[in-house]
Amino acid sequence: MEGNLKLKVENLDFYYGSFHALKKINMPIYEKKVTAVIGPSGCGKSTLLRCFNRMHDLYPGTRYEGAIYLYPDGINIVGKGIDPLYIRMRIGMVFQKPNPFPKSIFENVAYGLRIKGINNSKVLAERVEKALKDAALWEEVKDRLNENAYSLSGGQQQRLCIARAIAVEPEVLLFDEPTSALDPISTARIEDLIVELKDKVTIVIVTHNMQQAARISDYTAFMYLGELIEFGPTEKIFTNPDKKLTEDYITGRFG
Amino acid sequence: MKIEHKKRIDFLFKAFLLTTGLISILVTVGIVWVLVEDAIRFFAHPESGGFPKSVIRFLTEVHWTPTFETKKIGIWPLLAGTFLIAFIAMAISIPLGLLIAVYLSEFAPHSVRESVKPWLDFLEAVPTVVYGYFALLAVTPILQKIFGYFGVTVEGMNALSPGIVLGIMILPFTASMVEDALRGVPQYLREASYSLGASKLRTAFSVVVPSARSGIIAAYLLGTSRAVGETMVVAIAAGMYPNLTLNPLEPVQTITGYIVQVALGDLPYLSFEYLSIFAAGFALFLITLFFNVLAVYFKSKVERY
Repeated sequence: MEGNLKLKVENLDFYYGSFHALKKINMPIYEKKVTAVIGPSGCGKSTLLRCFNRMHDLYPGTRYEGAIYLYPDGINIVGKGIDPLYIRMRIGMVFQKPNPFPKSIFENVAYGLRIKGINNSKVLAERVEKALKDAALWEEVKDRLNENAYSLSGGQQQRLCIARAIAVEPEVLLFDEPTSALDPISTARIEDLIVELKDKVTIVIVTHNMQQAARISDYTAFMYLGELIEFGPTEKIFTNPDKKLTEDYITGRFG
Repeated sequence: MKIEHKKRIDFLFKAFLLTTGLISILVTVGIVWVLVEDAIRFFAHPESGGFPKSVIRFLTEVHWTPTFETKKIGIWPLLAGTFLIAFIAMAISIPLGLLIAVYLSEFAPHSVRESVKPWLDFLEAVPTVVYGYFALLAVTPILQKIFGYFGVTVEGMNALSPGIVLGIMILPFTASMVEDALRGVPQYLREASYSLGASKLRTAFSVVVPSARSGIIAAYLLGTSRAVGETMVVAIAAGMYPNLTLNPLEPVQTITGYIVQVALGDLPYLSFEYLSIFAAGFALFLITLFFNVLAVYFKSKVERY
């Protein structure tokens, strides 16, 4: 079942000031698969996710050590001299709370395209439509593209954010607990969408919902106190984990 | 302490706070009352022609000479001077205020922000009379030199110089109000922009500034209101000639400038000339009230994310 490597985390340490938040993380991310990162609150799973697109660079006092290689070219994402803007164009992100811009639905999706220098209105219209279709939102918004994004429901807003992220055709898409602010029906739609999207893009999803990880991921990483405890195929992690700690967490004994 | 006793103290303190609040409201009402009363006396005065003729003259005549032999009472020259200077001030204050606010809120490292803000507050602490003489003795001569180079004469008293100085004077106010509006934009909107590969500059101007637009507009309306109501700078550097012009190089008089000029003179109580400052003042009151109400409206529209 193993495919090509898309990302390889190698001896990654991460610090918030003097706080050692991630400790010697080593794990692979396979191309066009869904990898879930689970663990109790404060275990460092979101911190790890935000290393992949260098989000930590926005805040002073953060520091990476080690490497995350991005394939096929094998550049080190957290290496010195790598421009985070370049990384973020290749690796997109969807956040915990739907965060559309207070702009029209169309402009939300077109934003990333404009950053890439696409300004031709015909090309923009085509790419926006394609992204909205891929995000399963097109039918609901095709007649109201110029309305403000805040006129959409929470679940629709989150699918709009997914459309915004995939419009620029990233190689990897990061999801940071994308359904924690949504109702069960919207959650189910987002989960279906994530499974559909993995044909096109490599997905890493952080979730505190173990059932969600079991439902949609191919691989699962379990983290605890800043360390990666176990990584493996989702089925194995959930049925026959190697580590006692993983088993205790999966079976709900803590966390 | 017994509960009864605590309740009594609570009640007394509430009553005390309510009284202090009411006093400030009463004072405001009193000021408006005095203003309105004497403005009505002005319009009812035989020299102005009485109601309703006086109001029509006030709104249609193109000269303002209540202190002259031939009394014209058209408010337009004073309005022109007031808005000309306010316009120049805002033309300086809007772009500079936005740039300063964007720099402080989006670009400046924490240490720079914390050391710049006291300087902005310091600018606000400079007495306005200092700004007035700065306009008259520093800015006007510089303008005369610059324009003189192109063969254009700038009068010693003009609208441009106090307009520029006023714009700089209210800059700390507008910049810090705009900065507050920008900082009110939630961090997750910035993160959404950055996550798509946007630069700081694009994030600031394509996401943060548009997201804060209601707050920014409110800041500028309050700034305009301040520029319209400012007195000292214009009284010193703009001139004392009610001039129906939009030429910033000529002397003009603002409403506030007129009030200062007449108030400094020795006028009998309730004389026509004395009453004229209340008519002008009432017009000023309506204008600033309009801007403030508009600002409150825009503030109430500030997006709640």
